[in-house]
Amino acid sequence: MNNLLLRNILRFILLVFLQVLVFDNFHFNGYINPYIYVLFILLLPFETPPWLLLVSAFFIGFSIDLFSDTMGIHTAASVFMAFCRPGILRIVSSPKDYEVGITPGIKDLGINWFLNYTVFLVFLHHLAYFYLEVFSFHEFFYTFFRIILSTIFTSLFIIIGQYLFYVKK
Amino acid sequence: MRQLLAFLLKNYFFFLFLMLEIIAFILIANHTFYQGARMFNTANQLTGNVYQTYNNIFDYFYLKDNNRMLAEENARLRNMNELSFVKFTKSEINVNDTFYRQQYTFVEAKIISNSTGKRNNYLMLNKGFNQGVRNNMAVVSSNGIVGIVNGVSSNFSSIMSLLHSETKISAKLKKNNATGSVSWEGGSYKTGLLADIPSHILIKTGDTVITSGFSLDFPEGIVIGTVATTKLNPGDNFYQIKINFSTDFNKLDNVYVVKNLFKEEQLKLKEIQHE
Repeated sequence: MNNLLLRNILRFILLVFLQVLVFDNFHFNGYINPYIYVLFILLLPFETPPWLLLVSAFFIGFSIDLFSDTMGIHTAASVFMAFCRPGILRIVSSPKDYEVGITPGIKDLGINWFLNYTVFLVFLHHLAYFYLEVFSFHEFFYTFFRIILSTIFTSLFIIIGQYLFYVKK
Repeated sequence: MRQLLAFLLKNYFFFLFLMLEIIAFILIANHTFYQGARMFNTANQLTGNVYQTYNNIFDYFYLKDNNRMLAEENARLRNMNELSFVKFTKSEINVNDTFYRQQYTFVEAKIISNSTGKRNNYLMLNKGFNQGVRNNMAVVSSNGIVGIVNGVSSNFSSIMSLLHSETKISAKLKKNNATGSVSWEGGSYKTGLLADIPSHILIKTGDTVITSGFSLDFPEGIVIGTVATTKLNPGDNFYQIKINFSTDFNKLDNVYVVKNLFKEEQLKLKEIQHE
């Protein structure tokens, strides 16, 4: 249990720095902003109590906000995403039951499941984030286009990361 | 009462979500609507230090480009220097009094974080309150304007970039002084909009757009960009003009914060106007 806690704290710190120092510098013509820090929320264990899920999402969003001068926007989007996580877990059909000891990742539940789970939640996060950032529906389709592209890229990076660090044969 | 408590406990997930979202929205509101009244100055200091360390490492990769840009600027300033002009006439009168008084001073600063990909972009500088930077000061680079100071901690400051939905800069065409305002509508960081130029003004692609000097913060005559395309819809009184920014926001490194020494005096006068 302690080991699990420590690993999640380390992941938190690592993802914040990775996001702020590496991925915030990644942009393509104003369309694509990958926000890979949401991986932290995706990978929280299934047995995490709901309140802890929301509170840890709040804190990672807040940390990113402090660095990127977008006070509150990442926080709101992350909390929203964490709120949606239990629902999405119910919708996405899984090859196994979500038992204690099974982690939400490719290693335990396979690529199909993980892809659906990631794309759904990342899309919800980006939907909240980008519309809050623009703060109007004035440029609706332009923003929507950005959301779709960024969702694709964030998911891509997350899946590549999974293959690099977690799937070991 | 007990039932209410039971209800709250049963649905605590939803209410906790609601509460956290409300906190987030309060943060957003505080940040968006009261620019300058920043709550997280200590945090600003902390994040500033992280970016500073990062920058110290990655600076070396851009030394060549920066040297070239500074050398170009040196050359341009040298051209303006009195020593590089030849005097053809002796009938010149040297007025040795307070005829000219300096209105603007420039604080050199380095950018330690920057973004161009968002709808609202901010920059962070390594100079702050202790170095004389204050809210609402203008920031310019050697190529053109950059933005406006919107938050200051003791050693760092945050800049609202020209690439921001709230930024509007009073501008004019260099050749005929027609005034308008420059803003950014998202998309590419290389182009922006020039609005409010009336349809009777003659305008051509390539015309230079400069600051008007009507705002209290930007000195007059700083280059903003050049006209890229103009469009006049039938029946419209104003042009729709796209401009190419002269500043390359993706390559910014060294900038200057502009301090208007007469600002207080001008502000006082403005108050009288409004009374």
